[in-house]
Amino acid sequence: MSVTTVMLAGVGGQGTILAGDVLAKVAVAEGLEVKLSEVHGMAQRGGSVDTIVRFGDAVYAPVIDPGVADHLIAFEVIEGARALPMLRPGGRLVVNRRMIAPLPVLSGDLPEPEDLEPALRAAGAVLLDAEALACEAGSPRSANVVLLGAASYGLPFAESTWKTVIEGRVPKRTVDANLRAFQLGRDACAEGVCEL
Amino acid sequence: MRIHPEVFVTRTLMSGNEAVARGAWEAGVAVGVGYPGTPSTEVLENLVGYEDVRCEWAPNEKVAAEVAGGVSLGGRRVLVTMKHVGLNVAADPLHTQAYTGVNGGLVYLVADDPGMHSSQNEQDTRNHAHGARVPVLEPSDSQEALEFVRRAFELSETFDTPVIVRMTTRVSHAKTLVEAGERAVPAPKAYAKDPSKYVMMPGMARARRVELGARLERLEAHACSAHENRIEMRDAGLGVITSGIAYQYVREALPDASVLKLGLSVPVPSELVREFAASVERVAVIEELEPFLAMRVRALGIEPVDTGLAEWGELSPAKIARAFGAPEIPVRKPIDGLPPRPPLLCPGCPHRGVFYALGRMRAVVTGDIGCYTLAALPPLKAMDSCVCMGAGIGMAHGMALAEGTTAPVVAVIGDSTFAHSGLTGLLHLAYNNSGGTVVILDNRTTAMTGHQGNPVSGIAITGEPAPAIDLEAVCAALGVSSVRTVDPNRIDETLEALKAAVAEPVLSVVIAKAPCALIVREHPDPYAVDEELCTKCGACVRLGCPAISRDESGRAVIDTSLCVGCAQCVQVCRYDAIVQVGPSCDIGGGL
Repeated sequence: MSVTTVMLAGVGGQGTILAGDVLAKVAVAEGLEVKLSEVHGMAQRGGSVDTIVRFGDAVYAPVIDPGVADHLIAFEVIEGARALPMLRPGGRLVVNRRMIAPLPVLSGDLPEPEDLEPALRAAGAVLLDAEALACEAGSPRSANVVLLGAASYGLPFAESTWKTVIEGRVPKRTVDANLRAFQLGRDACAEGVCEL
Repeated sequence: MRIHPEVFVTRTLMSGNEAVARGAWEAGVAVGVGYPGTPSTEVLENLVGYEDVRCEWAPNEKVAAEVAGGVSLGGRRVLVTMKHVGLNVAADPLHTQAYTGVNGGLVYLVADDPGMHSSQNEQDTRNHAHGARVPVLEPSDSQEALEFVRRAFELSETFDTPVIVRMTTRVSHAKTLVEAGERAVPAPKAYAKDPSKYVMMPGMARARRVELGARLERLEAHACSAHENRIEMRDAGLGVITSGIAYQYVREALPDASVLKLGLSVPVPSELVREFAASVERVAVIEELEPFLAMRVRALGIEPVDTGLAEWGELSPAKIARAFGAPEIPVRKPIDGLPPRPPLLCPGCPHRGVFYALGRMRAVVTGDIGCYTLAALPPLKAMDSCVCMGAGIGMAHGMALAEGTTAPVVAVIGDSTFAHSGLTGLLHLAYNNSGGTVVILDNRTTAMTGHQGNPVSGIAITGEPAPAIDLEAVCAALGVSSVRTVDPNRIDETLEALKAAVAEPVLSVVIAKAPCALIVREHPDPYAVDEELCTKCGACVRLGCPAISRDESGRAVIDTSLCVGCAQCVQVCRYDAIVQVGPSCDIGGGL
């Protein structure tokens, strides 16, 4: 298969890196070449955090240029909007309906951006409330797994592979809640009821 | 076509840094030593997890390189790790280790940071290597990182030289599939006294300098046939000479181009370059950062095509494709008016109290390298300079000598940075009768690079307790007569101590001691704003805490899920509007 690129965009601390790790391991388990790129260091202190996962028969660059991502999973709306040019026209966009205000907004120096959801919807976004679904699954911190579930619906991997990798990656006592979180995200997109 | 899963199980995803650690372990290293620095840090953090390898964090890269030199002299293989700017610190031992050569294999792992994701400058380590006349291997993915590190030890011992493995951020931090091997420990080499090789005083060094030149010629001859350097012939119309991560970008952007991939890039294999250039119509050199290869290709009388690619920042497939006339990739229109999201000091960061106090004093602050450099950004804006590890202390003294400001000048340095390069700066101030003030931010860890232990925190790389230096005693021993220790979470106490220190005519040190909020396990209950009492004055917002914002009416709001109860905001509120509340809901249990 040709190369598929998934970009995960969020804010430091939201679990984008761990979600990217699960996605990469799923692709490995399905026998593909995989490259995963993430940023460490100063950027992690509350800044924007982007993770790139690329898979296919032969993958060269671990990072991408604007217009190349086939899938964009946005963990937060401002970061989703910021990363939008990375998504190719016609690419698949899943956005968590959460806004984490950056410091210039918190301090009142800049206004909170308005109408991001309509703009993202116009760009073809599927919007869901990952935190609410994670709570429903019994694990409020599993919003990243909900988003993986939502994104999984458009990715070429067996549901069983996803579940095996997630089982092996999360703490034992939270396996059931995380599998529920994954399923709720996946169902939300499968049933077209992401507008929660 | 998919690789058969059964074949696949031997390959695992590893970051370049994990693969370097694996490669070093397989090569039988006895010791790994280094100083943390993005993007190199995870190498040693992973190596310490392997059996039969002794790992140590050093106070700085120079010490690390000297320890490594000793291991090598003692006949065992050793890996020394650092980021690109760390090699400046270790350049002194490196340049003379190049003369002495090695006994056991000596490999420097140096990670450059093109694009400056987490660095103060953008150096190209190949320039240092050229200056020191040592060879460089440049992996382009994790598999090569593992193999090149193994190879580096062989080259080191075969050619009697330190070897640099140059990584870049994308090679260090990208995870790609790796097939690992087994560990093979070479027999330790006996130490034999040999002053003509190991005592570099003028008479001996002159002879070694001649040998250094001859060695480089032998290395270059070897590089022409080394399997790390390969020609991939495709279309003969365009031939690209490349190395490191740029190889991956070239393969993606110019799939039909012929390629000379230089894995062993220093010394540049002239004959191989000539052979490749003669087999293609046009030659291009594509490399990240300096035109290192390009200059040497030109020196051979080969004129590469002008790609127009920048000599700074990161390359990418699209940049390369564009340089060769590819049409622009269609891109969606960006959404305008998005607020930037700069990195910032965490909720409860103890540094915040110090910089808030320094801001109140309108001090000129000569800063240093660490999380606390973020205090230069709004709203604190309480730092005036940041240059290199330890620079703030000497610079504060220099500012005073220049008499260029009437404001108090204060140097601020972190605990790990102080151990790295602050001690000698403080000694200079004491020795030269400075009346300046130095603040040591002792947050009990090396926070910026991911919470490594250091000689001030007294935690070894293994996580075991280690002897910790007593900062107060050290300052006194250096000749500092005025030393105060304060809790930076108590803003009034901190402000008072800083004012008193600055007012003194003698050299003073203020140690602001409180643990990084990210290493504290049990936090006090969070705080909230009493809507009735808040006057919307904004004093708490000016602390720049991510947990504090304003609502639509301008009233302060605290996000109790982010607040860790440091209570700094309580102290700057003149209306007693900030009160402690119960714990926020946090069930936990995610990834």
